[in-house]
Amino acid sequence: MREKLLAIIEKNSKIDMRELAVIMGIPEIEVANELKALEEEGVICGYHTLIDWEKTSIDKVSAIIEVRVTPQRGKGFDHIAERIYKYPEVNSVYLISGGYDLLVSIEGKSLKEISLFVSDKLSTQESVLSTATHFVLKKYKDHGTILAQREPDERIMITP
Amino acid sequence: MINKLSEEVVKIKPSGIRKFFDVVSEMPDAISLGVGEPDFDTPWHIRDEGIYSLEKGRTFYTSNAGLKELKEEICHYLKRRVGVEYSYADEVIVTVGGSEAIDIGLRALINPGDEVLIPQPSYVSYEPCAILAGAKPVIIELKNEDQFRLTKEALEAAITPNTKILILPFPNNPTGAVMERKDLEEIAKIVIEKDILVMSDEIYSELTYLEEHVSIASLPGMKERTILINGFSKAYAMTGWRLGYACGPKEIIEQMVKIHQFAIMCAPTNSQYAAISALKNGDEDVSMMREAYNQRRRYLVHAFKEMGLECFEPFGAFYMFPCIREFNMTSEEFATRFLQEEKVAIVPGTAFGDCGEGFLRVSYAYSMENLKEAIGRLERFIGRLRSEG
Repeated sequence: MREKLLAIIEKNSKIDMRELAVIMGIPEIEVANELKALEEEGVICGYHTLIDWEKTSIDKVSAIIEVRVTPQRGKGFDHIAERIYKYPEVNSVYLISGGYDLLVSIEGKSLKEISLFVSDKLSTQESVLSTATHFVLKKYKDHGTILAQREPDERIMITP
Repeated sequence: MINKLSEEVVKIKPSGIRKFFDVVSEMPDAISLGVGEPDFDTPWHIRDEGIYSLEKGRTFYTSNAGLKELKEEICHYLKRRVGVEYSYADEVIVTVGGSEAIDIGLRALINPGDEVLIPQPSYVSYEPCAILAGAKPVIIELKNEDQFRLTKEALEAAITPNTKILILPFPNNPTGAVMERKDLEEIAKIVIEKDILVMSDEIYSELTYLEEHVSIASLPGMKERTILINGFSKAYAMTGWRLGYACGPKEIIEQMVKIHQFAIMCAPTNSQYAAISALKNGDEDVSMMREAYNQRRRYLVHAFKEMGLECFEPFGAFYMFPCIREFNMTSEEFATRFLQEEKVAIVPGTAFGDCGEGFLRVSYAYSMENLKEAIGRLERFIGRLRSEG
């Protein structure tokens, strides 16, 4: 039930408790309890909204930054990761395998704002060896959702 | 011209759906609960395989019965999913949809005077195909109180010395009914005793929500008297690819291949290559879609209960079959008024046989969003009908 519940709300966090209970075929109280438990355990970390900012008049620029760092004795990568993720403009920080260590995604109002963040705040961190900033030119798909205009239902209205 | 046409064909009534389709097509802004095909796109890896086969220039005929690799995969699949073993070399034919398999299967077996038992409500093509093959169709009426399952009593009552084939259309379109193992065992006992063949149309086999689908061909003594029909349309959302198959005793398949060879040549090559990927890598797609259908099914069961619309709980396919007798209208009147007043297209139960009178087929091959809108309108509509008294 946990897996199914998570699969549903991962796609639609707006769904109400009553509908969840109906489509899962279990009593509402059980759904409520499970959701509460998932929140308390920190499995559910938030209920966000996926926004395609391109379709608004609000200017947003986002970038993905590869960061190479020197891990610190006793703290590994955690310490530097923390120093980076505490900046509110940072959206995500992942420790990854491969040619560099941290993958940081960031959002800002302009190229300049992001450039300043990289040059002033990120590169100047003691254990940061190098950074490579990739500006996002276009988002095709985000969080499993295709951002292009949805195709209309082309099926014939009545078929046997 | 009219006297030059085949009398047999002229006598056949056009599909009841067609008539309704003409009304709907004049209402472009209507929404629908009337489709008989999945709302999902064909999973991408399958489409990709189809595209790749075109790029590779695989644009020729295949052998009549289908690509060897596809037939092998069909056999693996049936062994894995329903526990029936077929030999790919002579017990399988790949057809243009399940529909072709129904047609050529009947034509391969019928002699003048043979009777074909057709449970109804059911898919629209069994009866005309039986007639065109020269058989006498014998309709078995399925009943709401039996959850539209075929009972042994109903079967026994329809059997005569001329009965040759029983068509077994489960999970069922339009009712959503399923036959569980215990139900099939009773049917198997009778058909073996009376020496009747079974054409088991299992096109919705992947879409069951109670227990896993059981094929009658998997019961003892049944494989040798069953033509098992299945296909890719419903399970893998591949309706437009036109691909199905039939498996059965090699003597029957041999004759089917003969008709297929002269009438069709072979199923679309491109679709056959894509279908290999469906069978090899499609299990997860199927279970994702099954889960989505099941959620919608539960939603509709609940919604109908809330609005007091009588409906048995169906456990297969993607249809609900609510009863509208309380409104004292025919199914067609109901569907027509519903379309005119609320702009929702819905198929009257009578499109699937006279005994569908008093029922509607509600398809849930739609997004939840779409379903909610349509169900909201249905609720409003029946509220109005009730207040009219």
